[in-house]
Amino acid sequence: MMASSYNAKEEDGHHSGASSGTGVSKNKKPDNTAFKQQRLPAWQPILTAGSVLPAFFVIGLIFIPIGIGLYVTSNNIKEFEIDYTGVSSDSPCYNCAKNFTWNTTEPCVCTVNFTLHQPFESNVFMYYGLSNFYQNHRRYVKSRDDRQLNGDLSALTDPSKECEPYRKSGDVSIAPCGAIANSLFNDTLVLYYVDSNNSISEIPLVKKGIAWWTDKHVKFRNPAGNGNLTLAFKDTAKPVNWAKPVYELDPLDPENNGFINEDFIVWMRTAALPTFRKLYRIIQKKSGATPTLPNGNYMLNITYNYPVLSFDGRKRLILSTISWMGGKNPFLGIAYITVGSICFCLGVVLLIIHHKYDNRNTSADIPS
Amino acid sequence: MLRRRLNRWFGGEDRRVDSRTIYVGHRPCPANEVFIPPKFCDNRIVSSKYTVWNFLPKNLFEQFRRIANFYFLIIFLVQVIVDTPTSPVTSGLPLFFVITVTAIKQGYEDWLRHKADNEVNKYRVTVLEDGRRIQKESEKIKVGDVLEVDEDETFPCDLILLQSSRDDGTCFVTTASLDGESNHKTHYTVPDTERDVESLNATIECEQPQPDLYKFVGRMHIYKNNEEPTLRSLGPENLLLKGATLKNTQSICGVAVYTGMETKMALNYQGKSQKRSVVEKSINAFLLVYLCILVSKALVCTTLKYVWQSKPGQDEPWYNEKTLKEKETNRYLNMFTDFLSFMVLFNFIIPVSMYVTVEMQKFLGSFFISWDKDFFDSEIEEGALVNTSDLNEELGQVEYVFTDKTGTLTQNNMEFIECCIDGHQYKYRDASSEVDGFCVTDGPMNTVQQKAGREREELFLRALCLCHTVQVKESTEQGQGQEDGRIDQVDGLMVDGQVVPPLQEQRGFIASSPDEIALVQGAMRYGFTFLGLESKTMKILNRTNDVEMYELLHVLNFDPVRRRMSVIVRSISGETLLFCKGADSSIFPRVKQEEVEKIRMHVERNATDGYRTLCVAYKHLTPEEYDQVDSGLREARLALQDREEKLMAVYNQVETGMNLIGATAVEDRLQEEAAETMEALQGAGIKVWVLTGDKMETAKSTCYACRLFKRNTELLELTVRTLEYPGKRREDRLHDLLLEYHKKTVQDAPPAKTRVARNWSSQDFGFIVDGATLSMVLNSSSENNLHDYKDLFLQICQNCTSVLCCRMAPLQKAQIVKMVKNSKGSPITLSVGDGANDVSMILEAHVGIGIKGKEGRQAVRNSDYAIPKLKHLKKLLLAHGHLYYVRIAHLVQYFFYKNLCFILPQFLYQFFCGCSQQPLYDAAYLTMYNICFTSMPILAYSLFEQHISIEMLLENATLYRQIGKNAMLRWGPFLYWTLLGVFHGLVFFFGVWFLFSNPALQDNGQAFGNWSYGTIVFTILVFTVTLKLALDTRHWTWINHFVIWGSLAFYVFFSFFWGGVIWPFLRQQRLYFVFANMLSSVSAWLVIIVLILLSLLPEILYVVLRKPRGPYARQKKLVQSSAGGIQSPRSSARPLLMRTFSDESSTVS
Repeated sequence: MMASSYNAKEEDGHHSGASSGTGVSKNKKPDNTAFKQQRLPAWQPILTAGSVLPAFFVIGLIFIPIGIGLYVTSNNIKEFEIDYTGVSSDSPCYNCAKNFTWNTTEPCVCTVNFTLHQPFESNVFMYYGLSNFYQNHRRYVKSRDDRQLNGDLSALTDPSKECEPYRKSGDVSIAPCGAIANSLFNDTLVLYYVDSNNSISEIPLVKKGIAWWTDKHVKFRNPAGNGNLTLAFKDTAKPVNWAKPVYELDPLDPENNGFINEDFIVWMRTAALPTFRKLYRIIQKKSGATPTLPNGNYMLNITYNYPVLSFDGRKRLILSTISWMGGKNPFLGIAYITVGSICFCLGVVLLIIHHKYDNRNTSADIPS
Repeated sequence: MLRRRLNRWFGGEDRRVDSRTIYVGHRPCPANEVFIPPKFCDNRIVSSKYTVWNFLPKNLFEQFRRIANFYFLIIFLVQVIVDTPTSPVTSGLPLFFVITVTAIKQGYEDWLRHKADNEVNKYRVTVLEDGRRIQKESEKIKVGDVLEVDEDETFPCDLILLQSSRDDGTCFVTTASLDGESNHKTHYTVPDTERDVESLNATIECEQPQPDLYKFVGRMHIYKNNEEPTLRSLGPENLLLKGATLKNTQSICGVAVYTGMETKMALNYQGKSQKRSVVEKSINAFLLVYLCILVSKALVCTTLKYVWQSKPGQDEPWYNEKTLKEKETNRYLNMFTDFLSFMVLFNFIIPVSMYVTVEMQKFLGSFFISWDKDFFDSEIEEGALVNTSDLNEELGQVEYVFTDKTGTLTQNNMEFIECCIDGHQYKYRDASSEVDGFCVTDGPMNTVQQKAGREREELFLRALCLCHTVQVKESTEQGQGQEDGRIDQVDGLMVDGQVVPPLQEQRGFIASSPDEIALVQGAMRYGFTFLGLESKTMKILNRTNDVEMYELLHVLNFDPVRRRMSVIVRSISGETLLFCKGADSSIFPRVKQEEVEKIRMHVERNATDGYRTLCVAYKHLTPEEYDQVDSGLREARLALQDREEKLMAVYNQVETGMNLIGATAVEDRLQEEAAETMEALQGAGIKVWVLTGDKMETAKSTCYACRLFKRNTELLELTVRTLEYPGKRREDRLHDLLLEYHKKTVQDAPPAKTRVARNWSSQDFGFIVDGATLSMVLNSSSENNLHDYKDLFLQICQNCTSVLCCRMAPLQKAQIVKMVKNSKGSPITLSVGDGANDVSMILEAHVGIGIKGKEGRQAVRNSDYAIPKLKHLKKLLLAHGHLYYVRIAHLVQYFFYKNLCFILPQFLYQFFCGCSQQPLYDAAYLTMYNICFTSMPILAYSLFEQHISIEMLLENATLYRQIGKNAMLRWGPFLYWTLLGVFHGLVFFFGVWFLFSNPALQDNGQAFGNWSYGTIVFTILVFTVTLKLALDTRHWTWINHFVIWGSLAFYVFFSFFWGGVIWPFLRQQRLYFVFANMLSSVSAWLVIIVLILLSLLPEILYVVLRKPRGPYARQKKLVQSSAGGIQSPRSSARPLLMRTFSDESSTVS
């Protein structure tokens, strides 16, 4: 990439030791060391068209295939997305969305039918997506108490001020406190496969492994309470908008209950942008040759608990397979192809310039 | 400072009477019925600024007076008070760091001062009290104490000499530590006091303390047994200054008159005014731009926030309710706090650490100057001295060099060349075997080949022997070098086997001016040897080896205004004679005119040859005349007020109607490589002005010898001589000449661009002006066109390659410098000088350089940089200055750039988070970015970078022009860096933004959150910014490698560490395992790589396409141009005289 020349001025440095040793240092003569005389041996790279040219070509030649590879990979990822907010009157969840009130005891359920035209091989990841939901708003992001979530007992009963206005309910402190926890996404999504003879079968959804391992095992911890979560949380109140307290998030599985509930942990990792998706469930690949989700008709059963229309938000269900690079995103492939091509083109242009310039240079040298 | 002010307030009474009265030995005097012990400050020297108690508040106060620190303090306070997105730690920590480092540095410096103060203050001195000798600490000395000081001790305060162990009531001191003059100065006791100090009953009345070392006025009343008090005048010759050292005298007694902070030494140690470099001014300009960017960013965001909030459901959705407090506060107050919050969020765009780094770079970088072995002069065993590190880069920006002639361009190593007596030229020839080693050359002037009359000859030589203030160095003194050897040789030539006193063989002379030594030695060659001054008697060994004795009656001291000195002596025969020597211009009007013409020719010819000439005159004084003079002088010396003026009047009165005897010529050799240095400076596009007090002819020939004027240089003269034009008033003539020269140089000259381009053109102009004319130009206030004159003059000067200003008073030198400094485009000026007369211009110029020459240390003390020889100026400017400028300019631009692309993504993020001041990066990253992750590489760069090697910089002076006029910190480059920063910021943010359109970036389908977003952007940022610097680095020493790769590694290590632990002191564990998870994602890796590359692409392209390509191409080009340009004038035939002159100088060196 760079033509280089080693500029070794070491001779000065070498006999310096000898000269400074012979009592010269007694008078004020400066030490003749390479460092003090600014003569440290140095590598002096020179970027010239000639030396950069090959680098450009090499980068181009490496990046373009990578880009193509990425693009193909991304294209091979199957992704299905369906909006179930219920904005228009003909959508199945219109009524649920319209008639939403916080204090209903009877959950509103709606069903969305959709068709997959292609089978989804391997594991399928089920995401819920929210739009125009500012999880990255500063007031929202800071409204949590990681000490409380880490099982700190003092923070459990006396949460951080940052949690305001979701810090206390009356005199009892809220656990988990703060706006993030309070607004936990609580729609329940159930997926059914409708096979050709109209028999409906529920697709098993795995709810473990959706949160970062370190979050689940280190960052989030239930307060100590002899294995009894109800007891551990007895001096706390449930968040205002929650239907049930934190120790009833997953009563069947103590490893997924309380603060270490994975849905909760996923929600607590605030999204970067106002349109985001969060992992909801995983559909494990079945053994054998049958695809995880064969093409055909499906039915999505939604327990509609989460209002988004008040702030003009949208809710989506996303089914996606995952490659080694993550979800479907053509950007990386395009970026690599673009940068690779730019490098390659620049290489060509530079080659031409270099060629011409050198000719001009040599001819210009003669008259001067 | 404060102390003195207090003293002034409390000592108001003293002020009013304008003099102080001191009771010698605190003994009450009969004249005063009541003895009121007056209050004076004690003898403590306080050069330190702080005490243990006031250090913290005072230091903090001083630090926060700096605009930048104050700004950061405000930001910090806003963070503490207002609810802001980043914790106060993020800006508090860097500020704390900066303040602490500075405080430690200043504290250390102050501790050193304290130590030095203590050393002085606790020094044991002997005080005579009631007839006993008491040892006291120096700080306990009170005004009026009688002290005893032994040989080789320094005086603890300003003393009036009362008693000396020498019989003649004199003592010798050296003031080396005050003004650097190492000769022994003679001081005199007050007459009538020396007999018995113990019983002395006297008061001293003297002026209030003032800083002039050479001025002192006072008088002493001596009371003796109820007699009428006798009155004695006191002058500087009676005053022993604190800091001076007693020499050749066993002990003295003296009474303290000024103590502590009121001593002349303390008063002279006032801090110099701070000089600011252009780079600092550029920084401030850029800061202003960035402040505007900052404010507008904050304004935009605040506006957008309220626009966004006005949409229904956005301001307060159900999931994100406001707190009660937020709801209740006033809407406009909220807006204001929002604005402040945005300011805080973006405040990193103005880099705190830049100030630290710049300071550190300057401080550390200046060591390279003092370490440079090329600046080491084996003769004086000293290297360069850096008095200030603030101006390193200014050395690379110099456009005008003002140089002194004597001692700077020339060696100030005088040698007597020839003399002229009554119009006959005498030239000393070593080789000649004539009886008296003294011959008449057959110069063209000598129409009659004969010597002047023997009497005149001897009179002339006697005058040389008597009219001076030279002292004879005693034989016990060490360090008689070559001088003595030379003298021995001469002695041997003269003495013809006669018995010579053994003392004479080891005779050395000490004088404040080397001219005088040269003259005395010259006289010695011709057979008149000055044996010394003993109790007011000067002894001369004449040609017949008889000792002649002269009583020294008065010395009319030399001063630069009169430009002459005289002595009045009485010979054995009772004749009273006045001998006077001085510059021709000051002597000729005072002698009989018919004698002048014969001598004038010689003087002018000598001056053209580059010699320093002095004229010698004498006068017989009749006893009546003498009595008149004597009483006049005594009266003037006793005067308490206006003593100087009165003395001057008497001097001028005496020195009239003299007889001119002859003139002397003394050669002052050129400094080593003076011509080469000047040529290199001119090649670097620097205009060199010579400002000298010397005669025009002498200075002109020096200029030719230094190649400042060349054969083809057209000289434009504006001197007293050219102003004399028949039939015209001088003012009119001045007007005409100015217009004519202006036409020649400015209007007819090709436009500036082409003039810069051609290197050594056919038509160079040299401009010569003298002091008298200059003051006419500058002070013609009666005329309306004053402004015009000054302007015209300046324009002419600026269009000449070299300007010679001769016959300059020290203040005029400073005036010239100031005039150029304040002219259009405010060019950077540099003054070089070696003597006290150059101090004013050294202080006035942007950069002051002192030469560690022979004329004392005044210049060195007041300079910013001191070098042993003029030739070192070349490397100082062309290599060090150039490199420092490039380094610091790059440092500044880089700092602004890296903070712009640091903060821009944060700004852009506001559009995606509802303008809620959500920071993109974690607080730790915000804090550490400038302190740890990106500060060391740029510091190493700014210390070690050599984009062009030092050798090449020295070879090709023209390279200096490339950075002239602050080239790297103009708005153009600034815009480039800013755009680069913006581009990088956009790439970082939107690259990652596109990636996050699907935040499921891990192969297990898990999604990334906002802190991952920030960490990816930050990682790209740190790598890009560091690699960008790596691309700019042309000189990779192991330190650069270590620091660049080290800080990247440190970033990675730190991120792992920071994210790897649940920090108990943190409220939020935002970054817990974010970095590790990021690295586990292939997509993150890929995006980091591609974005870094994309960001650096334009930079690589820019480097490649910029012409000329690389130093080697540049070198090739330059060698060609230098072969065609610089070399040629050197080989061209110069006038014969100049060639011999400079060849001579080169053989010497």
